[in-house]
Amino acid sequence: MDTEKHDTTAPSSNRRRFLVGSALSGTVPFLPHEAEARAPLAARPPGDAAPGFALHVNAHVYQVALDPRTTLLDALREHLDLTGVKKGCDHGQCGACTVLVEGRRELSCLSLAASMQGREVTTIEGLATPDGRLHPMQQAFMNHDAFQCGYCTPGQILSAIGCIREGHAGTPVDIREYMSGNLCRCAAYPNIVAAIEQARDQGEG
Amino acid sequence: MYDFAYHKPSSVADAVKLLAADPDAKAVSGGHTLLPALKHRLNKPSSLVDLSGIAEMRGVRREGNALIIGALTRHHEVANSEEVKSAIPALAYMAQHIGDQQVRNRGTLGGSVSNNDPAADYPAAVLGLGATIHTSKRKIAADDFFLGMFTTALEHDEILVAVEFPIPEKAGYAKMRNPASRYVMAGAFVSKGPKGVRVAINGAAACVFRQSEMEAALSSNWSADAVAGIKQPADDLNSDIHGSAEYRAHLVTVMAKRAVAAAG
Repeated sequence: MDTEKHDTTAPSSNRRRFLVGSALSGTVPFLPHEAEARAPLAARPPGDAAPGFALHVNAHVYQVALDPRTTLLDALREHLDLTGVKKGCDHGQCGACTVLVEGRRELSCLSLAASMQGREVTTIEGLATPDGRLHPMQQAFMNHDAFQCGYCTPGQILSAIGCIREGHAGTPVDIREYMSGNLCRCAAYPNIVAAIEQARDQGEG
Repeated sequence: MYDFAYHKPSSVADAVKLLAADPDAKAVSGGHTLLPALKHRLNKPSSLVDLSGIAEMRGVRREGNALIIGALTRHHEVANSEEVKSAIPALAYMAQHIGDQQVRNRGTLGGSVSNNDPAADYPAAVLGLGATIHTSKRKIAADDFFLGMFTTALEHDEILVAVEFPIPEKAGYAKMRNPASRYVMAGAFVSKGPKGVRVAINGAAACVFRQSEMEAALSSNWSADAVAGIKQPADDLNSDIHGSAEYRAHLVTVMAKRAVAAAG
């Protein structure tokens, strides 16, 4: 990504991105000095929505200042250290980067981070309870061995949650159709369908 | 991506001002076509005008014998709208079958129509229903809107604000999807209503078009049999690794039959 060049060349005086712990959780996800060390801010005439804005992720509020080109995917992985979200094709074809936005599945590689202001984003890191209990869909994927390499799994799990919430998990045929945006190159599809049926039968979405 | 400035106006008037002030600015809504193009450096806008914060461009409402759908209304909203499902079920069906669910959760009516991808679904519905495009400066009939591949009648500083769909007596949509990409190989949106009988074909050629021979046949006999014998000439159809022009020509007839059958 082009944003990398700013990481290495921007003078430290330009690096003024801060992370702020969420008022909701009362926790500080990352230390401010750690965030500052990696923060890019390009020298450009900013648009009216740049450079600083708030990203709402997993019930935390992150105050960020990002290059406007930064996708939600790169913001999550490279700037918020939420590396559970995966970069597969980076062009909206594979679904590995799927996250929930306002509870609906969207592709984080094809959304600009700046367009996410005020919208609640959920990543795989936001599913388990604070004491480490897995979300039923995560548990179902483990029970059914619904992966081999695991690279597509965070996107599959978030998409599966969306699939049940939308009411599109009634039959295996429906599940396959409405999970078509998530590719698995290991072809664990039969086990993924079985996992979704288990979570559905537990009333989880 | 090349560098750009990012703007997020909250009104149509402000968005138009931003576009008018910068000939290299581009409007964006869902961004599922524009962002890949930017990543490939196929496009170099100096600024992006993100329309997604403009509340006046959202929503579905019925006015008389028409549905008016705001340009920022997402595909999943059209697919699940009770208003759309009861007035024009074929339009809800079409929206429910665009791309995959992630695309439907992000993509918008206005983005799809103003992008005019040859393999997009919405242009077929707009042309096949004889809809009217409402822009920031005028109203444009569907017949005058789609000019060619990725080309429409929209001017640089003109924003598609809403689409007015006349409610038909009958309408149906059928398409053959590419099994991998799910883009349309060939599709047909047919309708019978206040705008007469219309047959719009998408996916097959560089731009959505009306199949007048099928329209004439359906006008005198609304049945799948009426179009079964009509052969679409393959001359100007798309030919690529996914299918030859002759294959697409064959699909046009098959999809038209299925669309009429779906319309009932």
